[in-house]
Amino acid sequence: MTQDPLRLGGREFRSRLIVGTGKYPDYATMQRAHEASGAQIVTVAVRRVNLDRTQESMLNYIDESRYTLLPNTAGCYTAAEAIRYARLGREVGLSNWVKLEVIGDEKTLFPDTEGLVEATRVLVKEGFIVLPYTNDDVVVAKKLEDAGAAVVMPLGAPIGSGLGIRNPYNIRLILEAVKIPVIVDAGVGTASDAAIAMELGCDGVLMNTAIAGAKDPVMMAAAMRHAVEAGRLAYLAGRIPKKLYATASSPLEGMIA
Amino acid sequence: MQLRVNGKTRAGRDGLTVTGLLADLQLHPQRVAVQLNGEILRREQFPEVVLKDGDTVEIITFMAGGTGEGGAAW
Repeated sequence: MTQDPLRLGGREFRSRLIVGTGKYPDYATMQRAHEASGAQIVTVAVRRVNLDRTQESMLNYIDESRYTLLPNTAGCYTAAEAIRYARLGREVGLSNWVKLEVIGDEKTLFPDTEGLVEATRVLVKEGFIVLPYTNDDVVVAKKLEDAGAAVVMPLGAPIGSGLGIRNPYNIRLILEAVKIPVIVDAGVGTASDAAIAMELGCDGVLMNTAIAGAKDPVMMAAAMRHAVEAGRLAYLAGRIPKKLYATASSPLEGMIA
Repeated sequence: MQLRVNGKTRAGRDGLTVTGLLADLQLHPQRVAVQLNGEILRREQFPEVVLKDGDTVEIITFMAGGTGEGGAAW
């Protein structure tokens, strides 16, 4: 796999799995799940410091020499708000990478693609490496590419739904339409979902709830690592065509009469 | 003087800088961003910027989160 790095924002990564930091039962479990996932990029939210110190800092459980922290703009509902959070994230982490989210609807958490394209344009001009969470719409994907996004990250299904890759044909259309990498972000429920995304030819998968919400997050993180690697290998290997009828795999010659 | 820090009122001594406030709060300046009255400060400004009565300060850091989680910080 080391011969086949994920190229993203001018950098190379061994792992094609990006994981989140939310919803874990505790930070120690999160730390072990990160380890088991093999991920090199972890997403974090940009929030007010808790001044009453009732909570331990999550950052004590992430070795920043091993993981690239990717601040997100989760919870932002307008381009202006997302831009502000991206700038704040840059000040905290001193990195110009941002996982851009502009949410359009509270119930579905579908992106507001108009605001997303607008915010991408502004942030790219400010020198950000923009990783936008978008829907599985090829037209929006092309607009994001034109706006200078480093990658497009279409959802497989709504965030946290675990419904898997609901429209693989749309993901394929995006893969054919853009030159930048495509990473499925959101919707994965179990290992086969991640494998399907990779078999389609996606460059990576980003997930949080599927791992953090599993009964055993550490074991699921390992499963996802294998699924992403297996899916990638299957994609590169080239699957056989689907056929309606059987094709024997043993020769008929040499059978007794 | 009175400051508004992360949504809570807090007393501050005259001449208090952003660096001073972070020290009072036992926060590591390398792990936070500071927004003063709606404007994001650069880290190198922390020692220079002196806070004034009525200032609204937001101190921001990285928290646990994946995609689409949580509400806005303020």
